[in-house]
Amino acid sequence: MATVKFDNATRIYPGNDVPSVDKLNIDIEDGEFLVLVGPSGCGKSTSLRMLAGLEEVNGGKIWIGDRDVTNLSPKDRDVAMVFQNYALYPHMSVADNMGFALKIAGTDKAEIRKRVEEAAKILDLEQYLERKPKALSGGQRQRVAMGRAIVRSPQVFLMDEPLSNLDAKLRVQTRTQIASLQRRLGVTTVYVTHDQVEAMTMGDRVAVLKDGLLQQCDTPRRMYDHPNNVFVAGFIGSPAMNLLNVPVTEGGARFGSGLLPISREDLSRAGNEITVGVRPEDVDITSEGDGLPLTVEVVEELGADAYVYGTPASDKAKDPTAPVEKPFVVRTDGRRPPMKGETIYVKPKEGHLHVFNMETGERIGD
Amino acid sequence: MPLHITANRPDPELLDLPWGLPLEEWPDEFLAALPRGISRHVVRFVRVAGRVLAVKEIKHSIAVSEHNMLRNLERLDLPCVEAYGVVSGRTAADGTELDACLLTEHLEFSLPYRALFSQHLRHDTAARLIDALAVLLVRLHLAGFWWGDVSLSNTLFRRDAGAFAAYLVDAETGELHASLTPGQREHDLDIAGVNIAGELMDLEAGGALPEGTDPVAISGRIVERYAELWDELTGETSLTMGERWRIDERIRRLNELGFDVDEFTMTTDVDGTTIQIQPKIVDAGHHSRRLLRLTGLDVEENQARRLLNDLDSYRAATDRMQDNEEQVAHDWVARIYEPVMARIPAQLRHKLEAAEIFHEILEHRWYMSERFGHDIPIMDAVDDYLYWVLPNKPDEQSVVGVDTVEMPVVAWDD
Repeated sequence: MATVKFDNATRIYPGNDVPSVDKLNIDIEDGEFLVLVGPSGCGKSTSLRMLAGLEEVNGGKIWIGDRDVTNLSPKDRDVAMVFQNYALYPHMSVADNMGFALKIAGTDKAEIRKRVEEAAKILDLEQYLERKPKALSGGQRQRVAMGRAIVRSPQVFLMDEPLSNLDAKLRVQTRTQIASLQRRLGVTTVYVTHDQVEAMTMGDRVAVLKDGLLQQCDTPRRMYDHPNNVFVAGFIGSPAMNLLNVPVTEGGARFGSGLLPISREDLSRAGNEITVGVRPEDVDITSEGDGLPLTVEVVEELGADAYVYGTPASDKAKDPTAPVEKPFVVRTDGRRPPMKGETIYVKPKEGHLHVFNMETGERIGD
Repeated sequence: MPLHITANRPDPELLDLPWGLPLEEWPDEFLAALPRGISRHVVRFVRVAGRVLAVKEIKHSIAVSEHNMLRNLERLDLPCVEAYGVVSGRTAADGTELDACLLTEHLEFSLPYRALFSQHLRHDTAARLIDALAVLLVRLHLAGFWWGDVSLSNTLFRRDAGAFAAYLVDAETGELHASLTPGQREHDLDIAGVNIAGELMDLEAGGALPEGTDPVAISGRIVERYAELWDELTGETSLTMGERWRIDERIRRLNELGFDVDEFTMTTDVDGTTIQIQPKIVDAGHHSRRLLRLTGLDVEENQARRLLNDLDSYRAATDRMQDNEEQVAHDWVARIYEPVMARIPAQLRHKLEAAEIFHEILEHRWYMSERFGHDIPIMDAVDDYLYWVLPNKPDEQSVVGVDTVEMPVVAWDD
């Protein structure tokens, strides 16, 4: 087991001017589950591969424990890519399916058996060790495949979108298994996904990347409550945070008919307009005339809750043909949702407003 | 969502297939009985309008990207199965959505390794299979393709006029880069080593591996053979004028490694001449059959290989790669082989078999070139050989069927 450190790690593909990964700095603790997430092309897979030794590092260094692995070949790094291939061999027992890679490496029989049994215990496969894979369920087969990586007892597990070719049900099931398994094993794990829900539910910490640059690396909670910039604010959370550009006035920001109080110090760091963000669950529906008027377009009933998708009424009044921007989403009590077509007034709950500089996208204030 | 078929030239008969059933449940009447490999996904063969298609049930996005990847590999002229199309929007009778299907053309006369190994396989055939896979992997890597799941299951083997060829059948995990880093190549080899050993151990567990075959040793061989071939093919590739003998040298080294030359190209620009060699694996007797077909000369295997190498380098040097092979062979016989043989005095002809004399002259020329560091015209080599070497040979006419042996260095200092 080991720590992992990206130290200004940079990857520039030949023929490109812009780095695909630009001076990445992340310190991963021993035993931590770190998820790299971001839209496609953000550099998350490239970062993982730099750690695995599959991509050259053009600048900076990568450390595993106290070893500088920047120039080591993949097999000398003691990392395991999980789920590269999870085809199981039909004529071999579950135990052999898990342990055969050790046999290739020349590990002795007793040691193989010991490690396979340990892995089987953790994976809840003990009673199946002598069976053939055919006799196992889909989920159990997945676990045998995981066992293959576990018996190698690497210092770091690397997983690159391991769930992408599973169907939705098995994906959710395997997601939970991987996360709990990782906690039981305590092996440092770096996991890549494009799915922010996967990232938030699995990671001890989540690193959001965009255009090769690290945007933020924090616990899921902190990331959700305190996004460092507009990109992270909009990327993390589903439905996404409502983000609006609003004019700055004396003492705050204009929000429909209301005023959002913002400290003078924070306002001094903004221009004439700022971006305000509020999560759907942090919006109150108020009385007529108080706050931002919304025309209700769609109401999504989920039982206990309902999501209301509305368009700021002022936008429509100005220019009815203007394309509707992203809808403003409000989570409300599922028993008394507003009706489609109705106009409602909303404002953020106190203490739940996020403010960003409109030009730079950076967070202002706490 | 309605059923949607994406293909270059979709056949209406495709619509008759039971797309509303999970592939696993397709009735036998639709299926073609062909050997199947191990796969993570359900794969079946079907007969459609006189052709056989492989159908793989897989998530739509993966089906589309694999389809596109196979197309790209085809464009790069790499040996892989041909993508036929993608069927999506499948719905079962009860309304559940089914995964998409990737369709590829079945490679005729090809066999999966399980079928090959479960027949009684001669020892050298197993070695040739592994060599063919090494050739495939080197070619893919040279083209910048990272496979990600190198295995015998993802490869089909075809025996084609004496040549053994391996084809990629599964590009699901593959990625195409401008070029590969050493780390990416090593990773692919690592995966290959583990997968191949696993697959052979599985055959062993199923009792289908011949006695005395060691899965770990065989899988180690692929790594070894790959490394030898990679080094040979990526070594010095530029030539200057008068260094044609260096091509010969490269071919000799490849032959020594047990690889043959499928194709080679020479490109000349301001930086000099670059050669690219495409290796292949051939079956015993391949060279003598090919030489016989092209020239009518009926000789032993190693002699034939040597003669064919000369014919091939003649073809490249005269820039006639586009010309019909038989035509070039005819010219080579008329302009090189026959004039050389005509130069041999009658009293020396009984010394050695004609093809062996020709072979020795080629060897002699090569040693002269190496010694002098430049090309030697064939006729100069002939004269030197006739003066210094052939007269000293014992008569061998009575010894029938001598095959080529290694020759000692015989070129003289000047």
